[in-house]
Amino acid sequence: MAATQEEILEGLAEIVNEIAGIPTEDVLLDKSFTDDLDVDSLSMVEVVVAAEERFDVKIPDDDVKNLKTVGDAVDYILKHQG
Amino acid sequence: MTAKIKPSKGAPYARILGVGGYRPTRVVPNEEILKHIDSSDEWIRSRSGIATRHWAGPDETVATMSVEAGGKAIADAGLSPEQIGAVIVSTVSHFKQTPAIATEIAHLLGTGKPAAFDISAGCAGFGYGLALAKGMITDGSAEHVLVIGVERLSDLTDLEDRATAFLFGDGAGAVVVGPSKEPAIGPTVWGSEGDKSDTITQTLPWDVYRDQDSAEVRYPALRQEGQAVFRWAVYEMAKVAQQALDEAGVAPEDLDAFIPHQANMRIIDSMIKTLKLPEHVTVARDVETTGNTSAASIPLAMERLLATGQAKSGDTALVIGFGAGLVYAATVVTLP
Ligand SMILES: CC(C)(COP(=O)(O)OP(=O)(O)OC[C@H]1O[C@@H](n2cnc3c(N)ncnc32)[C@H](O)[C@@H]1OP(=O)(O)O)[C@@H](O)C(=O)NCCC(=O)NCCS
Repeated sequence: MAATQEEILEGLAEIVNEIAGIPTEDVLLDKSFTDDLDVDSLSMVEVVVAAEERFDVKIPDDDVKNLKTVGDAVDYILKHQG
Repeated sequence: MTAKIKPSKGAPYARILGVGGYRPTRVVPNEEILKHIDSSDEWIRSRSGIATRHWAGPDETVATMSVEAGGKAIADAGLSPEQIGAVIVSTVSHFKQTPAIATEIAHLLGTGKPAAFDISAGCAGFGYGLALAKGMITDGSAEHVLVIGVERLSDLTDLEDRATAFLFGDGAGAVVVGPSKEPAIGPTVWGSEGDKSDTITQTLPWDVYRDQDSAEVRYPALRQEGQAVFRWAVYEMAKVAQQALDEAGVAPEDLDAFIPHQANMRIIDSMIKTLKLPEHVTVARDVETTGNTSAASIPLAMERLLATGQAKSGDTALVIGFGAGLVYAATVVTLP
C-alpha cells in the first residue's frame, strides 16, 4: 500500500537520523538537506538509496539534484512510489 | 583416438603466505592539489577522507615499484624468487601494451621462468588476481603465485578536473599465494556490469594519437561519474561483501579485519554501517594517506595493517575490490 505524506516524512526522518545523526524531530518539510540538516551531496546519495528501498521508488541521479528540501523528497516519493 | 590424460594434482587449498608494498617517496598533500583546482583541504577531506597521497617520480616505474613490493612479499613468505611459479600483474597504468610487464618484473625479481601475464580489472584487479592464483594452486599449475597490483595513476590524472584530481595515488602491493592444508581463501564473489562501463573510463583511446595531430589532443586521463559510482559502491558493493561472507560461512562477528578497496573513506564508512560490522573489526583506512591506488590498494592496506600491528597473522579479513568496468571481487581470507 502506498505511504501517506506523513508516513514518508516519518520514514525520511529516520533515514536522515541514521545517516547524518540529525534528531528526527528536526527533519521537517521546509528544511534544506545541505543547509539545515548536514546532509552533503554524498550523504544525500545514501539517503536516496535508503529511501528507494523503504518506499519502493526509483530516484535517478539526475532527479536527486532537484531534491533540495525534505518537502521536495516527500513530494517526489509520493508521486513516484510503486 | 581419445587418449587418457593424466589429471593435474594441486594443493587441497590455498593461502596468502606473504605481503609486501611499495609507496613512492614523494608525498603530495591536498595543498598541492589546490594549485590546480578550485577546492579546499576541508572539502577534499570531508568528501573523500584523503589528506595525502604518494606520486611516483621518474625512477619509480610500474616495474621498479612492482619489484620492490614483490620482493618484499616473497621474503615475507619465507621463499626465494626461484620458488615462484607464476606472476600475475594487475594494472591499468602500464603504457606499453606488449609484452606484458609481468615478464619483465618476473625477470628482475630473479624468479626463473614462471608463467607471467598482466590482467586488466581496474580496482578489482587484486581480487581477480587472487582468484586466479588460488585456482592455479589448487589445480596444480603453480605451487607459489605472486600477485601484484601496481598503478601510476598520477600519469592518468587530469590535475584540472575537480572531480578526480585529488583522488588518485601511485604504488604497488603484492602477495604470494601458496598451498595450504586448511581453506584460507574463501569463495570469490565477482562479476562485471558492462552497462556501466562509461561511469569510470579513460577519456580517449590511445589510437587517437595515431589518427590526429597529437598537439591538438589532450593526453588521456581517468574520468568518472562520481555520484553514480558512489551510489553503486555503497548500495551494490555492500551486498557483494555480504555475499562473500555468506559463501565463506563467516559471520561479521568472526571477522578481525575489513580491507575494502581504498577509493573513498565515505564509501568505507557506509559499507561498515550496511554490513553492521562489530566494533572489534579493524577497518583499513589507508586511503587517508595513500589515495586511491586502484589494483594496489588492498595489498597496500593489508601490508600496513600487519606492519602497524592493527591486524596480525592468522586474522580473518573480508576484502572487496570494485571499480572501472564496472567490475568487482570480494572474498574472505586468512591474513599472512
Ligand atoms: C568524487 C566525489 C568525491 C565527488 O563528490 P560529489 O558529492 O559526487 O560531487 P559533485 O560533483 O556532486 O559536487 C557536489 C558539490 O561539490 C562541489 N565540488 C565538486 N568538486 C569539488 C571539489 N574538488 N572541491 C570543492 N567543491 C567541489 C560541486 O560544485 C557541488 O557544489 P554545489 O552543490 O554547490 O553545486 C564523489 O563522487 C566520489 O568519491 N565518488 C566515488 C568515486 C570513487 O570512489 N571512484 C572510484 C571507485 S574505484
